[in-house]
Amino acid sequence: MRLADLPFPFESAPGPAAVGFAEVTADQWQATAGRLRSAGATLVALWAADRRDLHDGFEIRAAYALEDGLACLRLPLPAEAPDYPDLGRHFPAAGRMQRAAFDLTGVAPLDPADGRPWLRHGAWPAGAHPLRRDVVARSVWPAVADDYTFVSVSGDGVHEIPVGPVHAGTIEPGHFRFSVVGERVLRLEARLGYKHKGIEKRFESMSLDEGVALAGRVSGDSTVAFAWAYAMAVEQLSGATIPPRAAALRAMLLERERVANHLGDLGALGNDAGFAFGLAQFSRLKEDWLRLNARFWGHRYLMDRIVPGGLTDDLDDAHLPVLARQVHDLADEVVRLRRIYDDHAGLQDRLRGCGVVSNDLAQRLGLTGLAARASGMAVDLRVGRAVPPYDGLDVRCATRSEGDVAARAAVRFEEVAESLRLIGLLAETLPDGPTRVAVPSARQGACGIGRVEGWRGEVLVFVEAGADERIRRCHPHDPSWQNWPLLEHAILGNIVPDFPLINKSFNLSYSGVDL
Amino acid sequence: MQHILRQIARTGIVTEAYPEADESLRATTERLQREVLAAFDGALVIRHVDAGSCNGCELEIHAANNPYHNLEGLGIRFAASPRHADLLLVTGPVSRHMEEALKRTYDAMPAPKLVVAIGDCGCTGGVFGESYASRGRVSNVIPVDVAVPGCPPTPVAIMQGILTAIARAR
Ligand code: SF4
Repeated sequence: MRLADLPFPFESAPGPAAVGFAEVTADQWQATAGRLRSAGATLVALWAADRRDLHDGFEIRAAYALEDGLACLRLPLPAEAPDYPDLGRHFPAAGRMQRAAFDLTGVAPLDPADGRPWLRHGAWPAGAHPLRRDVVARSVWPAVADDYTFVSVSGDGVHEIPVGPVHAGTIEPGHFRFSVVGERVLRLEARLGYKHKGIEKRFESMSLDEGVALAGRVSGDSTVAFAWAYAMAVEQLSGATIPPRAAALRAMLLERERVANHLGDLGALGNDAGFAFGLAQFSRLKEDWLRLNARFWGHRYLMDRIVPGGLTDDLDDAHLPVLARQVHDLADEVVRLRRIYDDHAGLQDRLRGCGVVSNDLAQRLGLTGLAARASGMAVDLRVGRAVPPYDGLDVRCATRSEGDVAARAAVRFEEVAESLRLIGLLAETLPDGPTRVAVPSARQGACGIGRVEGWRGEVLVFVEAGADERIRRCHPHDPSWQNWPLLEHAILGNIVPDFPLINKSFNLSYSGVDL
Repeated sequence: MQHILRQIARTGIVTEAYPEADESLRATTERLQREVLAAFDGALVIRHVDAGSCNGCELEIHAANNPYHNLEGLGIRFAASPRHADLLLVTGPVSRHMEEALKRTYDAMPAPKLVVAIGDCGCTGGVFGESYASRGRVSNVIPVDVAVPGCPPTPVAIMQGILTAIARAR
């Protein structure tokens, strides 16, 4: 389905990202969700805002990925009763996003399947909504009892294993509740929100320029993807066009981020299956990779390099042959290691058939990113109608059909190879010219949305400009929102000791969704 | 198997041997090893708690364990339980939702309860600051011996922070 197939007018945003904004009625909101669902469109993100200070009540927004771009629907809501038709019945992924939006703003879906809090634990009481405009950021509420009710499973021999929020290794905090019989998992329920640190509220105290540093820290392992998506949103709302060299350099950084994370995960996957050799080898390669980042870009993880209008620094053309050599050498190493992984019977025995997400389930629940590609869904923002420079790179989308841990590992292997090819190509064809342009001042109320295929999947950032070049509202969306619920399905019927392996094969962000 | 052995032989031992390994790493590892030996009988146990980081600092803690930095080779090991830990590494500003878990972890540790706060967030609250959801710096919640700035701090800086905490405890 295309934007033009929807029965209301879109205001299309300037720039290459193909984003349309439309205002809808409650009936249209509901009917469109149904139509989009049956047409195979996906819900990318959902967020709410308080507009009472503008005498405009509240609003809820939903962003859907259509064939020819992103449709961002806005439903205005009255201040007295900010309720809206539930999207969860059409798009299961909406459930947690709606719960988070309610905790922060008090905007509620009508008759949702699950009305429990999500981001609110004990830091603020029921009835308070910290993202409302009349709540000051430094408000402190007395801690309230956190009495979350998990869904319980009963039956002969069923028992529960609670894990977290503090985990056994160097891992982000979250709580997992396993219901098991013997070793077999009957149900897993995750509870996140432990890392909620008020990111969206924080954005509202920043200027459009300052916000990029915070965007780059929504999920540190995806700093490039978030900074780029944020910058894209600001460029869109202010009508700036970045030069071709800036686009190419951004893509180079994004692919370097993808390679770094995939290398780390491939090593960790080996380790979690008892193959420490893999961890040693891949973490060595990753360290070499990070050191080159530090040498050429001044930061191991490439934080704070992308800014609205381009990049902070240009890349010295003298470095290009070194980059080309590095990708060439690394490609050889990865091929060798892949052969070792593929030939290792003990390792393959752990990876194959473990943590399966079928294609049908993936479609139904809206899986995204690399995990979706491992379950046979060919979704990748870099392929097809893509923003520059990807429109000219002919990116190959890596897909597998098995949907198991082995498939998610295989997709990573293939994506490392493809990213290395892209970096080589970008280095070879890097356009001359400036790497940064001045960003025109933004009109108050102007909105922009940036979308970037980060290493986990689609990162989306929505920005609305306030007065005087300030941020009025910024909502960063990590693909982990979509994928966390699938992890709960992937573990079913597997044994508890396989959980770390399955979890690692998704490697989802906690910080990115706790906000 | 033969591929694995060939790869191991080809790789060799990379710890400190990397041509660009800086002097500070060598100096740090030597001193670390001495101090761990002197103060902790050669085995220091660390527990890490992420109290609300962006997950960038975790990447560098992992990197401190890679073959180049080889923290474990110095007798420094990460444990799953705070009851086994000599030293607590804390990353992130402390989110209000993690405050209780962090305090409980600290309480569960035996003396000397060394605490190293990692990253700009651990030092000052960083870009997230203090808010309805964030308590900011780690020392707002538990006593901190050493705070390591950086966003994220490099593995060598993290190792130096650990070293400083041990040396102080002596
Ligand atoms: S110091 Fe930087 S890298 Fe570390 S948690 Fe804070 S923002 Fe992330």
